[in-house]
Amino acid sequence: MRAPGLLAASWAIARKDLAIEFRTRSAFLSSVVFSLLAIVIFYFAWDPTAVGPLALAPGVLWVTFTFSGLLAMHRSFGVEAADGAIDALLVAPVARESIFLGKALANVVFVAGVQAVSLPAIAIFYNVPLAGAWLPLLGILLLATVGLVAVGTLFASITANTRMAELLLPVLAIPFFVPVVMPAAQATADVLSGRPIAESFAWLRILLAFDLVFVYACTVAYPFTIED
Amino acid sequence: MTTLVAATGLVRTFGARRAVDDVSLALSAGECLALFGPNGAGKTTVLRILAGLLRPSSGEARIGDVRLPDPAARGRVGLISHRSMLYDALTARENVRFAAALHGVPDAEEATVRALAALRVADRADVAVRSLSRGLQQRVAIARAIVHAPDVLLADEPYTGLDAQGGAALTALLRERRAAGAALVVVTHHLHEGLALASHAAVMRAGRFVRFERAEGLDAGRYATEYQELVA
Repeated sequence: MRAPGLLAASWAIARKDLAIEFRTRSAFLSSVVFSLLAIVIFYFAWDPTAVGPLALAPGVLWVTFTFSGLLAMHRSFGVEAADGAIDALLVAPVARESIFLGKALANVVFVAGVQAVSLPAIAIFYNVPLAGAWLPLLGILLLATVGLVAVGTLFASITANTRMAELLLPVLAIPFFVPVVMPAAQATADVLSGRPIAESFAWLRILLAFDLVFVYACTVAYPFTIED
Repeated sequence: MTTLVAATGLVRTFGARRAVDDVSLALSAGECLALFGPNGAGKTTVLRILAGLLRPSSGEARIGDVRLPDPAARGRVGLISHRSMLYDALTARENVRFAAALHGVPDAEEATVRALAALRVADRADVAVRSLSRGLQQRVAIARAIVHAPDVLLADEPYTGLDAQGGAALTALLRERRAAGAALVVVTHHLHEGLALASHAAVMRAGRFVRFERAEGLDAGRYATEYQELVA
């Protein structure tokens, strides 16, 4: 018997997590409903005579994605805590980093699914033209989502076995989200305003650097968070 | 004989409390240790150290020649806990197959079917775990623990929730694993069942082994009386 390598084990864990979510759909539906409600509330609180839609929409988009993403990340270690399933993962002869990477991969897919529903809703409510901007927007979403998920997944692991994990996770994670949300919102504003993508390269470089640093750092740090 | 499980001077503290205090043991292929003791004696902590889930504060544990928690050592261990360690949204088959995949079992599907059949739960293979009774969930949990035919099987109260048929299937399975050369550590409050299975018996109290001996030839009734006096 040969235990699977880092990527094969990560893929097996991600597939398992997605199968569970596909079977229950509870967290996905909650996140989608939360996103839509947030978009609607922002819409009704908006005074279009004071702030234009292109100035407001990027902020609404990233606030919504950040908080709905937290719901997904909280769920990812909740399924392991329920019946002590995390112990079976930890006994398996796979690198413990693969548990983090598998969870993060499943969370990226999950958050992307929520974004796929929420983005058209924002376009409709705020009359934002997506037609010419969808490709650069996709790049921004991907870069920012990877960064948010890396940090959020690590903190979800740390808080999973604490009381009030739902409260503790955002309190710990949101300060680390600022360096992602700020450039993501700025780049989104540039793209939605019809500016060439080259003008957003500085923001994209920040996102890329954050991704590289935090995916690596969180992967390496994860095994230390599960030591008793 | 090959030593499969070796623990030397294990100490594990939680804050000021010494949950495990200088525990040493060695089990060779085909040997089974029945571990008895009152609640809070440190039995589960010893098992978690031997599974690679907990690092000892001092001392070391090895599976074969490899020191825990190295993945090569963990891969030879099967763990049955008093918690099911299953995903209740997945079916019995999916749970066991996932464990087989993580252990790199060559034909995961066939091994899954075999493990479920050994616990007489193959007819519920495609039922979501959450729809199974506690006893059937325990059978699936045991199937998950043995799907990779581990050299070392650690069982914490494995009879919890099992009916007579399930208990008999588990006893047969543990005997079969022993005969196949696996080393077993079984934590149980059932002295008769434990002694019937084991080659060695130990009693823990306050983190220490207070009695350790060969189990063959022991009078279970007399042992039970002495055990009550020991842990009183």
